[in-house]
Amino acid sequence: MRVTLHIQKFNPEIDSKPYEEPYRLDIGRGTTVLEALMRLKNETDGTLTFRYACRSAICGSCAMEINGTEKLACMTQIRPELERHGEVRVGPLKNLPLIKDLVVAMQPFWEKIQSIRPWLDPLPHEQVDPIAMRNAYKAFNNVEACIMCGACVAACTVYEVSKSFIGPAALAKAYRFVADPREAAVPERLQRLQGDGGIWDCTRCNYCVEVCPKDVKPMEAITLLRRASIQSGLTQTLGSRHITSFVDIIRHEGRLNEGLMPMKVIGFRIKDFLRILPLGIKMFLKGKVPFPFRLKPAIPGIKEVRALFKARDEQRKGPM
Amino acid sequence: MKYALYTGCAAKGACPELYQSTMHVTKRLGIEVVEMLNAACCGAGVITEADPDLALAINARTFAQAEALGLNIMTICGTCQGVMGMANYRLKTEEGLLDRINALLAPEGVKYNGRVEVKHLLWIIVGDIGIDALQRYVTRPLENLRIAPFYGCYILRPSKVLGFDDPENPVSLEKLISALSAHPVDYEGRTKCCGFPLVLEKEPIAIGMVGANLKEAKDELADALVTPCPLCHMNLDIYQERAEKKIGEKLALPILHLPQLIGLAMGFTPKELGLSRHLVSTKKVVEKIQLKV
Repeated sequence: MRVTLHIQKFNPEIDSKPYEEPYRLDIGRGTTVLEALMRLKNETDGTLTFRYACRSAICGSCAMEINGTEKLACMTQIRPELERHGEVRVGPLKNLPLIKDLVVAMQPFWEKIQSIRPWLDPLPHEQVDPIAMRNAYKAFNNVEACIMCGACVAACTVYEVSKSFIGPAALAKAYRFVADPREAAVPERLQRLQGDGGIWDCTRCNYCVEVCPKDVKPMEAITLLRRASIQSGLTQTLGSRHITSFVDIIRHEGRLNEGLMPMKVIGFRIKDFLRILPLGIKMFLKGKVPFPFRLKPAIPGIKEVRALFKARDEQRKGPM
Repeated sequence: MKYALYTGCAAKGACPELYQSTMHVTKRLGIEVVEMLNAACCGAGVITEADPDLALAINARTFAQAEALGLNIMTICGTCQGVMGMANYRLKTEEGLLDRINALLAPEGVKYNGRVEVKHLLWIIVGDIGIDALQRYVTRPLENLRIAPFYGCYILRPSKVLGFDDPENPVSLEKLISALSAHPVDYEGRTKCCGFPLVLEKEPIAIGMVGANLKEAKDELADALVTPCPLCHMNLDIYQERAEKKIGEKLALPILHLPQLIGLAMGFTPKELGLSRHLVSTKKVVEKIQLKV
């Protein structure tokens, strides 16, 4: 079958900006994008530049954008792509500096990984809980499967607009150490992730979960880090107050009280209050702010809902 | 066709125009709805961050209510769809989970048997009613309008759980826009995040997302944007002015709820659809179609 691959090219020594070049070639039923790139480089265009090593989804070198989505070229067959999109467009990962053709600089990616201290601060051997050790592998929630291909960082909608975000791959890795029963510095690790760029910067868009070729589910790891933070008493960031205020309102009213919610989250932080006030007034004038202190705000069956909350409080031993 | 309508919190709070337009459009389409007035919030992906079992139990309670009515659930919020769809998927597929959650519900005499489907209005219209049938309800073709679809996260991802649209190349909104005789605008931001979950705590990031997505749509000459999620609507509408300041460019892009766009094509008046309740004026859209009326 003869197909056309539209491949993004860019040579910084010649080109002012990237452009797409069509390449025609014959493929078989299972030909992958990586195999096609290798053939094109050998037979058609020796300048075509891309990274690869293992060719079997282990090394994580060949992540790129295929038809707009971050994928490993070695794992992606051309025919299903054609069937799904009607074309095959190949480009470099987004969100990372472009070097040449399909090659991006991974330095910003590695800096994020380093920033979370990706090594164990070990407890003395006798303090490690042997029972927790038995379940440790499960507790990692598959994050140890990460091959650091960078697909999640390229797909991250927060990293796209805010490069200070530590990002999905590094936060998943951070979770791996928080969940490790041998780790001595869990509180310090959680504390370091509370500030700007940390776990509260994630918007929960699910892109990282969707594109990960190894089912690492970085967003789930971030959720677990958030839960661990709240459980360990780190409850004063606006991010954690968002969660606790939300839960509190549903506990009492069953539904979200959108008039009350921002006030509860912001509390007495005057600067933040003044930030949201003008929009609150505009919304109020358009009839978009329900009165926060209604006489009967709760849903009719609120008793059932409160009973559920209480049952969970007892199972968890103590309120949220 | 009859559904248990789960409005979600936004349609009953900050987006009453969504509720209003949904009622008009479903009635016209012959979808009978029973509103679930006693259902609690789905948790919006927030409760699950604190306590996943609690979030599941709250949703199982809602599913049990629909089950008792013998109806499937219709959502009108992308976030509700994603969260409830995920809860339902887990309750139906994970071994022992339904029993564990039912044990929490038992003291109040509630039990969910795993027999309810949760579907967004968009899926019901495109999947069940069908685009051809929808076209028959169009009395005011929106021929002059270029509409940018904005899916929002939870109606697309994780696709393993949702499975209606291809998250890499969704088509349902485009099909729907075309069926109303408007022109769907293609732009990269259509499947991205609006930033709403961050807007209280990380406003600069959230408005960065609003600015980036809307600018792309604007650059493709969109007249308005349509979204099946009221949380996307809130962020893109309410924070648009601040996003304009951030990117240093006037956007003035009206943001429409899904049933508002359909309602316009069905001939409902802007007032019936609550078009004056937005922060970004919808006047441009109204003027553009009324030229044809």
